[in-house]
Amino acid sequence: MKTEDEKTTGRLRRSRTWLPGLLLISPSIIAIGLFVYGLIFWNTRVALSGKHDEVSEYGFDKGKNFVDLWDQPSWPGAVENALLFTVVFVGGALLLGAFLAFLMDKGIRGEAAFRTIYLFPMAVSFIATGVVWRWLMNPAPPERAVGLNQLFDKLSLDALANNWWQNQDWGMAAMALPAIWQMSGYVMALYLAGFRGVPEDLREAARVDGASEWQVYRYVVFPQLRPVTLSALIILGHISLKVFDLIMAIAGKQIITYVPAVAAYVEIFDRHDPANGATIATYMLVAVAVLVIPYLVWSVRTERTR
Amino acid sequence: MTVLKAPAPGGTSRAGQAAKLAVLLAFVLLFLIPVYVLVVTSFKPLNEADPSSAWSLPKHWSVSGWTTAWNDLRAGLANSVKIAVTGSIISAVLGSLNGYVLSKWRFPGADAVFTAFLFGMFIPYQAVMIPLAGLLTDIELSGTIRGLIIAHVVYGIPICTLIFRNYYVTIPEELIEAARVDGAGMLRTYWSVILPVSGPAFAVTLIWQFTSMWNDFLFAVFLGAPDSWPVTVMLNNTAGSGAVAVQYNVQMASALLASLPTLLVYLLLGRFFMRGLMAGALKG
Repeated sequence: MKTEDEKTTGRLRRSRTWLPGLLLISPSIIAIGLFVYGLIFWNTRVALSGKHDEVSEYGFDKGKNFVDLWDQPSWPGAVENALLFTVVFVGGALLLGAFLAFLMDKGIRGEAAFRTIYLFPMAVSFIATGVVWRWLMNPAPPERAVGLNQLFDKLSLDALANNWWQNQDWGMAAMALPAIWQMSGYVMALYLAGFRGVPEDLREAARVDGASEWQVYRYVVFPQLRPVTLSALIILGHISLKVFDLIMAIAGKQIITYVPAVAAYVEIFDRHDPANGATIATYMLVAVAVLVIPYLVWSVRTERTR
Repeated sequence: MTVLKAPAPGGTSRAGQAAKLAVLLAFVLLFLIPVYVLVVTSFKPLNEADPSSAWSLPKHWSVSGWTTAWNDLRAGLANSVKIAVTGSIISAVLGSLNGYVLSKWRFPGADAVFTAFLFGMFIPYQAVMIPLAGLLTDIELSGTIRGLIIAHVVYGIPICTLIFRNYYVTIPEELIEAARVDGAGMLRTYWSVILPVSGPAFAVTLIWQFTSMWNDFLFAVFLGAPDSWPVTVMLNNTAGSGAVAVQYNVQMASALLASLPTLLVYLLLGRFFMRGLMAGALKG
């Protein structure tokens, strides 16, 4: 127990000692301030300008771009594609990852090997795996089927054969498959840590009270996993809203799989329209911010009070 | 990671175990399908490498795909090594200093700064790309390897700071106090108390940053130039071109070659990789 006096001197000493720390971290504060917040500000200025080619002045057009963008033939489709992709990818990766972790929860022979295999796609780029997924999800018609369709044919699962990402309505759901493959191992790792973080005493107490093994999960373990689910949702969600590499590797800039990130790229590089590119980027930023900022504030605050 | 220890297997029957094992094995097969196709195709001679025979083993094993891939990608691999090695080392040093300050040498408003840093981890980089490209042009680093390294390092600050901060908060406050009582200042304490125990956090950060810089496509395609393109852009250019006759064996070998460094790091140092992943989830 400290006396009042010791507390006061402690506070005084601390106030004299925080300055060097601030100095040490200041290069990073300046870098983040400039490169993250300064450039976001600058980008917003470009988005609010009428600079639709590379030579004209910036000017100010009162947010006209943000409205006009919706009249572009490709934009509403890009948003729909991103939403369908997000639903399938986030849902799929979450369910598959949680399921795999559930199976491994109580320990299984060769657990380390299973973990290594489920997680390895995380270590590889979408650009590299896109090369093979483009092959696997080849939509060629049945008589010269290749890739997965050919495999389905060999296994007499013809009903599963389809035209994958080139389907007008559900193409983006197929596009989510490689992303699920890439990220579900990560979700598994998160949930596995979550499962193992539930104290064994809690499970044991429920068993003593006569709960079946399923009831232990239903009423004791699963409720404890809500923070893990939230983390996973945020992580997968922000990856999904930004998806770029995967689409570029598999489909390139085709309109059928257009998403905002690809649209921004096309506006900037192919159409040389900085204002529209910046507008799309701003929409993406807002989408991510709505998702992430409440979570960040909540995270840092709960950690402090712990 | 102690949290990953399995609880005592209670109340699961032998049959239940076998069923679980069977399902897990089925998923292993599913997960390895793309790898199988990549590997077998990469070892086929050109005349065998066709999508219609994707599932069969090579009749004649050949490394011609690999040698061509190596020649095609050599320059890109060299650029990737320069970017990822240099960038991850600078990132780790910065992350360590920042993490130290934010955990042990806190200043008023440290939480706000930390939160502001963390947001930088999630932003879509498209939202800074246009002015960033302009800025790099102004300081004459546009299209250079150094320019790419700067971008990677700056936007890597959040995750690196997070990893080190979360690691350092577990170091007992008494150790720092003891050093202070002995008259050690901030840097001296860092050097003699913090740095010697920082090994695992450095490993996690180096591996994490190396992997994400190696696999980056977005920065490279926006800020790079033919001279500084890393292997991902080179790979996408060879794979994505509508060339008359695509050499599928070369393509698959190229994809594997571009992935080998990060795959090796993952297989050899997987547990550090795992911790980096957990750090990304903030509260892991």
